[in-house]
Amino acid sequence: MSKALIAMSGGVDSSVAAHLTQAKGFECIGCTMKLYENEDAGVPKAHTCCSLNDVEDARLVARKLGMPYYVFNFSDDFKEKIIDKFVDCYLHGKTPNPCIDCNRYMKFDKLFDRAKILGCEYIVTGHYARIEREANKFVLKKALDRTKDQSYVLYFLTQEQLAHTLFPLGTYQKSQVRIIAEAQGFVNFNKPDSQDICFVPDGDYAKVVELHAGHLPPQGDFVGTDGTKMGTHKGIIHYTIGQRKGIGLALNEPYFVCSIDVKNNTVVLGKSKDLFARELIAEDFNWISGVAPSEELHCQAKIRYRHQEQAAVVRVLSDGRVQVVFDEPQRAITPGQAVVLYDGDIVLGGGVII
Amino acid sequence: MKTIYMDNAATTKMSRTAIDAMLPFMEEYYGNPSSLHTVGQIAAEALDKARADVAQCLGCKPTEITFTSGGSEADNQALISVAKIGERKGKKHIISTAFEHHAMLHTLDKLAKQGFDIELLPVGKTGTITAEQVKNAIREDTILVSTMYANNEIGSVLPIAEIGAVCHEKGVLFHTDAVQATGHLHINVVEQNIDMLSFSGHKFHGPKGIGVLYAKRGIVLSNVIEGGAQERGKRGGTENIPAIVGMAAALKEACEHIDDYGTKVAALRDQLIAGLSQIPHSVVNGDLKNRLPGNVNMCFEGIEGESILLMLDAKGICASSGSACTSGSLDPSHVLLSIGLPHEIAHGSLRLSLCEYNTQEEVDYVLKEIPPIIEYLRNMSPLWKDKVIGKKKFFL
Repeated sequence: MSKALIAMSGGVDSSVAAHLTQAKGFECIGCTMKLYENEDAGVPKAHTCCSLNDVEDARLVARKLGMPYYVFNFSDDFKEKIIDKFVDCYLHGKTPNPCIDCNRYMKFDKLFDRAKILGCEYIVTGHYARIEREANKFVLKKALDRTKDQSYVLYFLTQEQLAHTLFPLGTYQKSQVRIIAEAQGFVNFNKPDSQDICFVPDGDYAKVVELHAGHLPPQGDFVGTDGTKMGTHKGIIHYTIGQRKGIGLALNEPYFVCSIDVKNNTVVLGKSKDLFARELIAEDFNWISGVAPSEELHCQAKIRYRHQEQAAVVRVLSDGRVQVVFDEPQRAITPGQAVVLYDGDIVLGGGVII
Repeated sequence: MKTIYMDNAATTKMSRTAIDAMLPFMEEYYGNPSSLHTVGQIAAEALDKARADVAQCLGCKPTEITFTSGGSEADNQALISVAKIGERKGKKHIISTAFEHHAMLHTLDKLAKQGFDIELLPVGKTGTITAEQVKNAIREDTILVSTMYANNEIGSVLPIAEIGAVCHEKGVLFHTDAVQATGHLHINVVEQNIDMLSFSGHKFHGPKGIGVLYAKRGIVLSNVIEGGAQERGKRGGTENIPAIVGMAAALKEACEHIDDYGTKVAALRDQLIAGLSQIPHSVVNGDLKNRLPGNVNMCFEGIEGESILLMLDAKGICASSGSACTSGSLDPSHVLLSIGLPHEIAHGSLRLSLCEYNTQEEVDYVLKEIPPIIEYLRNMSPLWKDKVIGKKKFFL
């Protein structure tokens, strides 16, 4: 019997993933990753430690299913690979997606090592995506539940990882998952989906940046697209491309953040039309097949989690970076976010927009 | 698969003696010692006897013993009580050590916020302190010195009698957290100049949820738990008679056999230390000479303690690494950091803690199993590879 290590967050999805894997006959071990200390998230130490409630929910579900359960402390690695990078990214005027990094460096890297130690052939998560074997390759596909599809945050997976990963929820609808959880008597069947970044309570990321960097970037100038000063901003980390609210200037017509200039500490404001661009470059690119295409590629590209993918032409540059040219201009292409390429349902690969 | 339990510093298996002592107080003599009737009075007698037995083991008077819910509560009450005394006298300097248990450190943090001046003595590479260090730290406004008797993680036994002597010479109160030492080392509070001492029942085969605070006559305790007149009004709540009786029985038994058990356990410990020290790039932590008979604590470079524990668990061996957080995950140990080990090395620690129930066969089995586990994990570790090819430096 194959052994599987289930990454359990304490939420309904991973709980049902655990149940479905077990029902398929795998010998299962449940685990939860402890990722950060309260102090790293700006929460007083006296508060319940390390999202203890989630750990308790996960443990209850594992016990209900009769599987061994462990909590792994990855907080050192999480700080180095996720929080520090998140902070650095903001300080460089970008908008990071730490959840992708967490999947990449924690779930599909650190946790893989633990799986090996425990003799588990597979890692199981509650992601909504599908892995299929075609010829000699594994392909990553969108989930059947389009409203829940999470293939965007999994673009970094390698063939080796895909060969040892199971996404049991890829063929389910979220509504079915809740029904299964309730039928199984899981404590968390009606727990709301998590929304925020786990180590950024209340969405106040500036507080987390300040906590770790020891300072916040100073105030500076808002400038127009022609360089004229329009006012004073609160510090670059408070702004993201496409933002309209919170600019705090009395202007006659709507203005948006178009770009952030770290060197001059300015935030460039423009009209809606100034937000549109056709081209982007991405680095740190992963091709799911393991091989970068040698010719121009016509496919669809998605530039943030909630973005409908758009037709584009893709070229691999000589240094491995990737140029994406959309057929139509796209609104608010944001450095730090991931661009992910699709061929219909199939994820081709992805990288980080620079 | 047979379970080999080598995590006795975390908790111990209850002894038959303790269980047998407890059962009648659950089945038959379940009375409340505050009740007037006979069933209650039987419980009251048992309480008195247990108090006398515990006092005898420590070399103090029964009236100096307060039963608490465990070592942590006893530590809390000791500190809070002395802080009150200090406040009255205008003395707000408290000396302790960097590698105390969190029951101490977190309470000291709280006192610091209330305006106390907390000085934590460094414990050096060996993980101990000297009476000289204490002497030099004592000031006019020092109210208390509190050092653990023996460290729970690295097993160092501190020079308690000497520290106590220095304190008394200077007129400063001396408290010791003796959770790891009680029942394993000879304790006499009078001869060792100890004014206050805390311990817990479950570290010497007694039950959990029960402990003791010894406070020398004349030291006024402040309540942590308000309530009825139990424990001379210093600790509210109906006494946990079965646990108190079980703890007293276990302690009595442990003290009667302290030398035989100590010798036997220390011999097993020394074999483990000698055997595991053969593994390259490893180190034994803690004081090698003045050491708890059952403590083995090692660091293995290049790997994580958590991984070692998982593999040992698969072999039926129960061990520990660092201190457990409420979630059941492991935090890097403040004790190992306090003896100057870098974070990375502190993460690769393994603690085996023995008791007299462990056998030669178990030690042989553990010595056979651990080296290949370390090698396997090192071969998996990218950090280890970097060290082998010289990209990163070895620390050990």
